[in-house]
Amino acid sequence: MLTYKVQPKGAVSPGMNTCQGCMIDVIFRNALDVLGDDTVLVIPPGCAAQFSGCGPEASVTVPGIQGNLENSAALATGIVNGFKHQGNEHTHVVVIAGDGGTVDIGLQSLSGAMERNENILYICYDNEAYMNTGIQGSSSTPLAASTTTTPAGKPVNSKDLIQIVMAHHVPYAATASVANIPDLRRKVEKARDIRGCRVLHIMSPCPTGWGYSPAKTVEVAREAINSGAWVLLEYENGKITLGKRPSDLGNVERYFSLQKRFRNAGEEAVRSAGEHIRERYAWLEKMSRL
Amino acid sequence: MPVKLFDGNSAAVESIRLARPGVIAAYPITPQSGIAEHLADEVADGRIRAEYVRVESEHTAMSVAVGAQLTGVRVATATASVGLALMHEVCGVAAGCRVPIVMPVVNRSLVAPWSLWCDHSDTMAERDTGWLQFYCATVQEVLDLTLSAYRIAEHEDVLTPAMVCLDGFFLSHSMQRVDTPPDEDAWDFVKPYVRRNMYLDPKDVMFINALCPTFEHTEMKYQQMVGFGNAARVAKDVFAEFEQRFGRKLHTVESYRLEDAEVAVVTIGSMSGAAKYVVNQLRDRGIRAGMLRICMFRPFPADEIREALKNVKVIGVVDRSSGLGAAQGPVCSEVKAACYGGTTKIFSFIGGIAGRDISDISFRRIFGELLEVKDGKRDSCTCWFDTREDAMDIREVEVPC
Repeated sequence: MLTYKVQPKGAVSPGMNTCQGCMIDVIFRNALDVLGDDTVLVIPPGCAAQFSGCGPEASVTVPGIQGNLENSAALATGIVNGFKHQGNEHTHVVVIAGDGGTVDIGLQSLSGAMERNENILYICYDNEAYMNTGIQGSSSTPLAASTTTTPAGKPVNSKDLIQIVMAHHVPYAATASVANIPDLRRKVEKARDIRGCRVLHIMSPCPTGWGYSPAKTVEVAREAINSGAWVLLEYENGKITLGKRPSDLGNVERYFSLQKRFRNAGEEAVRSAGEHIRERYAWLEKMSRL
Repeated sequence: MPVKLFDGNSAAVESIRLARPGVIAAYPITPQSGIAEHLADEVADGRIRAEYVRVESEHTAMSVAVGAQLTGVRVATATASVGLALMHEVCGVAAGCRVPIVMPVVNRSLVAPWSLWCDHSDTMAERDTGWLQFYCATVQEVLDLTLSAYRIAEHEDVLTPAMVCLDGFFLSHSMQRVDTPPDEDAWDFVKPYVRRNMYLDPKDVMFINALCPTFEHTEMKYQQMVGFGNAARVAKDVFAEFEQRFGRKLHTVESYRLEDAEVAVVTIGSMSGAAKYVVNQLRDRGIRAGMLRICMFRPFPADEIREALKNVKVIGVVDRSSGLGAAQGPVCSEVKAACYGGTTKIFSFIGGIAGRDISDISFRRIFGELLEVKDGKRDSCTCWFDTREDAMDIREVEVPC
């Protein structure tokens, strides 16, 4: 049983020790606000583990478990089936995991849960590297981005999580961004009311790892959307719906220039990144017309 | 009591059915596959009322088991060999979060080289993961020890998960006559699952397994250690109750003709039948031979072992795993430690690797060497018994100059 030192407004305690300018905090607060108290969280190690608390102190007012890095979807599967067996089909079982725990080491258990269409909500906040361990590259790290394990810039493009998710024919999946909280809340709300395996992929820029001023997170996230580096879309009943067309599709110069991680990206890398973004968008557009 | 014909895998399934799990997560692996399949049949036919989760790996099987049991239901899973090795990480979570899962493990060698057959390298590698470990000698014991394991693991003073280890093929695929309690009698013994200590419930909020600072981590491990200590006592009580209800005796260690024995072997698992047979033969010839079988390996019953072996002059401990790099096999290490300070001579024997039979011939050779030690004719033994003489020649690759 929790005893409150400080009664929080909402489900997250005040004064989280995430980095200045990090908006994972905002994702947690808004998601839990939409989902309500009848929720159980699964959080793997990573930046989000700040929200599972430390020692005897918890940071959220809903129950949860911190699992291993690769088994969030599997733990959630166990929890939802345990509840189901006891006649509880109302509690939301929700994973909030980073990109490393999702697209790298956690992809197998997520794939299994999606294939079996487990009744869980899986939220991946994507800051495009292993930020909590010190900015190591993940398969979500984009082309040309410098991390501590891709010091000369990543030589290949990132893995396309949302297309992997869609290939599992889940009932609902969407991308969202901390640049558009009303849209993010609407998608959490929609996901909340659908049964089966639902996946939200949310871009969450990282001032520490991307190298920009903590005041600029929303600006950076917005520029990702404008350039098409981050595409807002929804996938429902097999149908893809794209958000507003990026205003500056494929032109990443301004987006790159806001962040130190692209400081050493040469002309060729900038051109190649832009081309990849245009090709991917054209493909998604084509799919959305089907 | 009804008598049924079961192989080890079916006996494991029967005991799981009798314990009425609410969630089952299993991934097939030889020689455990029969358990995963048979559990699916039981659910499909309505004999077990459970959610069957067709998981995509053993890592997920154990993760589902932990998540589900934390909501307050008994779960079932089973594995073998590399499947157990893949589970290793999450086995630690089950133990540390005090989730008393009971899991049959069908013993099979770890790779490499690949082998489908029995040895204990899989479960011996898990001996310090924080799980209770029971090793079966017969198919009857698979049923009896699994039923008892629920009571021991779930006891409020223990809250520690348990592996019930059965030798691959020797037990898993061996058809034997099994006395099976009626459903209601078994249920009356096993009892419904009661969640304790840690659980997930939106009406009673707690966050489980958050980062634990150094100032508490030692104490969390200390609590687990106390749980193991309690398990030794609880196992005795549960076995006594089991015998009273069902008339069959279960052991933490089983002494066989040890009272006046001068030489003895210490065994574990299904090899023990052959050992008893040879002890009887030797006794018929007037040789004072005996056997001690370790049934409960975790917690390790060191006091009982020391007491049982205190008057034996020469002992051979037979390990079914190689214990590479150690001074002896893992069971032998523990037996030596338990008997430290005594005058008994203890020798390590390693064999039965990857399905090689440990036959009556093997035990006659082992006893032969032990007797020669007793009579002062030799002072060492052939640790790797039944090993081919051309061991260093097979698969030898000539390097061209």
